[in-house]
Amino acid sequence: MGQMTDFTVNGQRVTVEADPATPLLTILHESLGLRATRFGCGAEGCGACTLIVDGQARLSCTLPLSEVAGTRIETAENLAGPDPHPLVTAFQDHQAGQCGYCLPGILMRAKAHLDAGGATDRASIAAALDANLCRCGAHLRILRAVAQAADKMGQGA
Amino acid sequence: MKPAPMLPGLATAPLISDWVLPQPDGTLHLRSGRAELGQGVGAAFARIAAAELDLPIGRIRILGPDTAAGPDEGFTAGSLSMTQGGAALRAATSALRALCLEEAARRLGRDCGTLEIANGAILCNGAATGLTLTALARQIDLDRPVADHAGPKPAGARHLDALPDRRDLTAHLTGAPFLHDLAPEGLLHGRVLHPPHATATLAEAFDAAALRARPGIVAVVRDGTFLGLVAETEARAEAARAWAEARLRWDVPPIAETDPFAAMDRSNAPMEPLEGTETPLPDRAPDIDRTARRGFISHGSIGPSVAIAEWRDGHLHVRSHTQGVHPLRRALAMALKLDAAAIRVTHVPGAGCYGHNGADDAAYEAALLARAVPGRPVRLRWTRRDDFATAPVGAAMSTRTRVWTDDAGRIAAMALSVTSPPHSTRPGTAGAPCFFSAQLLSDPIPLPEPPDIPAARGGGAARNAMPLYALGAAQVSRKLVTGLPWRTSSLRALGAYLNVYAIETAVEAAALAADTDPFDYRLAHLDDPRAAAVLERLREISAPHRDQDDWGIALARYKNKAAWAGVFARVALEDALRVTRLCIAVDMGEVVSPDGACNQIEGGAIQALSWALMEKVDLDGPAIATAAWDDYPILRFSQVPPIDIALIDRPDDPPLGVAEVVQGPVAAAVGNALQRLTGAAFPELPLRREAIVAALSA
Repeated sequence: MGQMTDFTVNGQRVTVEADPATPLLTILHESLGLRATRFGCGAEGCGACTLIVDGQARLSCTLPLSEVAGTRIETAENLAGPDPHPLVTAFQDHQAGQCGYCLPGILMRAKAHLDAGGATDRASIAAALDANLCRCGAHLRILRAVAQAADKMGQGA
Repeated sequence: MKPAPMLPGLATAPLISDWVLPQPDGTLHLRSGRAELGQGVGAAFARIAAAELDLPIGRIRILGPDTAAGPDEGFTAGSLSMTQGGAALRAATSALRALCLEEAARRLGRDCGTLEIANGAILCNGAATGLTLTALARQIDLDRPVADHAGPKPAGARHLDALPDRRDLTAHLTGAPFLHDLAPEGLLHGRVLHPPHATATLAEAFDAAALRARPGIVAVVRDGTFLGLVAETEARAEAARAWAEARLRWDVPPIAETDPFAAMDRSNAPMEPLEGTETPLPDRAPDIDRTARRGFISHGSIGPSVAIAEWRDGHLHVRSHTQGVHPLRRALAMALKLDAAAIRVTHVPGAGCYGHNGADDAAYEAALLARAVPGRPVRLRWTRRDDFATAPVGAAMSTRTRVWTDDAGRIAAMALSVTSPPHSTRPGTAGAPCFFSAQLLSDPIPLPEPPDIPAARGGGAARNAMPLYALGAAQVSRKLVTGLPWRTSSLRALGAYLNVYAIETAVEAAALAADTDPFDYRLAHLDDPRAAAVLERLREISAPHRDQDDWGIALARYKNKAAWAGVFARVALEDALRVTRLCIAVDMGEVVSPDGACNQIEGGAIQALSWALMEKVDLDGPAIATAAWDDYPILRFSQVPPIDIALIDRPDDPPLGVAEVVQGPVAAAVGNALQRLTGAAFPELPLRREAIVAALSA
């Protein structure tokens, strides 16, 4: 069952021994102790488990380990630190959330969109985030926060 | 705000030391019996305490509910956290302040009146004294009654920071764990295979030994039709669950009636006038007579229900995202036939909670699973399907509204008749544990047939069924139907959502018939100045958006005794109904945290809009068919309109919760915009395309 798979997570090379059919989310939680990526529905329906694989937003609850061999993976943990990513600062500034369960997935979806040079008007950001559900109703704050982060990142570029 | 001795928290935790724990590092830990459900209650409490104590908010930490210590404040529900929990915490911290100042005065040999606190330091006539609040708090006896020393500051003397400090939320952004993510030493992983309905039976023998032999399985627990498993890893647990699910065949007994409305109509439960509303109605046919209905709705939290349970030496520790650690402990004791003293329940935040969801059921089931592996914690995680199909749903209900108008077109009388299943089957209701799986055991504990929530607690089915207008006559009747196959319980605003929709869409019909502006028409029926002020404020902020006949408004006072909310909605009728703007005016008394209040109001409005436009649980006979997000669309980012909010701050009036105040008014404002736009009545919620087409062709 177990098989060695290599990939990069948040800049660190890792090797995991596991069944290659195991969902990446389970590997992050159980083998790597990275728990910021949330389990939501397990069926690609809510976006809570969104992370970035080679620059693309992907749903990790069903993504098999075999598909990420040799890729560069980025999770919400990577946005933290003493000099947090502008998205994190913007979400703090706008109190963009209530329970916060959906937010790591939304942060990663937004980051993939902004990193790819996606449009930053409200409608484009909203369309980019449509695959992610928020049940508490923090949508408007989240849209404002992503727009602020986009501004900040644009200025820095 | 005066400390009220009847506050539930102070009754169970009367001493200052029950609430306040000064730490050696100069920080202050405060206990509360109110749970962080994603509503930011901890941040709001920290602001209250910081203002009362003149202590920087960063030095205050709010501890969550735990049966091992701190107050028993029942359930965190009903938008009462600020009104009751906040008031108790304000009283406790004001008592701490008073004792610390007394002690400082004694040590300095000065009069209390010369002392003040700034940033946690005690000043005398403005000069430093070397004494600090938190150091003094550690040196004095805090085992003294809050009630003897409480004296909160007058409203004008409190200094509040502009923004609540949601440190908890910030931490969750990049990794701080929810209950779903905790990984205590030795953690095992549980799954439960719920039957499609409580009355289902296994159609063919299930080979539990084969399940036990699956890789990584540590235990299989089977009792009656309760079936669960415990595995070494999450992956093994999930694989075994899927393996078993594919092999389980259930028989669900057919029932005569699969339409909840027909079933409620057939029930011979009486339609009874509520006490105090038996006023005589006009002896003629009403001018307006319509019946609004909504189907079952789901909590739809983004995270599934979850619990961690551990048995050790006959003691049970459960970590749960429950709304009430103490009621859950009592229910667990009852269901497990255990002394409550042998059970500890600790609240750990989960995903957003909007009422009685699967958290308590999962806690009980985790305890059943963990009992098979004493000494090791077991996390039970439900599937998304479990959360749709096994957790209680918000009640399907119908409300008939009859309106009699006078010659001038004014409303002379209104009668509301509410038909609904129960809105509360929380743990402990009607003296029963109320756990779904307890009814599955070979020695079953059935679910009770509960009464409605009494009017003193805001009512359940009949919540907000009394119009807030000054009318010649108003009558409210209720038919509570128990014993339906679908399990219903509290979901945000309970009956208020449909009742406000029913009242306000009927009032709008009367305004349209009288050809009167909807603001003027309502104002002419109001003798409550705070309600009128909310409408006037709503009129101001919505002015730029009223250039066409595509808008509607609605007004309600939550529970007829809490906060007032007026909502304006503008719509566009395209392929489906689209809401293009909401404006909201709220009077919530003292505004403790403006941004926190706006966040709650916005969140409530967006959720209510989602209910009103699209949400309805699908049924399959007695079972719930809704299994995945594809079956149950909710509002997405592109569908959320801009929302303008105006708060009317009344610092000298008690703070009133806002989490549920706009649920009914949002739906009603949307319905009224549609009514104004088309001239038709829209009795069916949600306002999906098919309901709108049906109404337009009626």
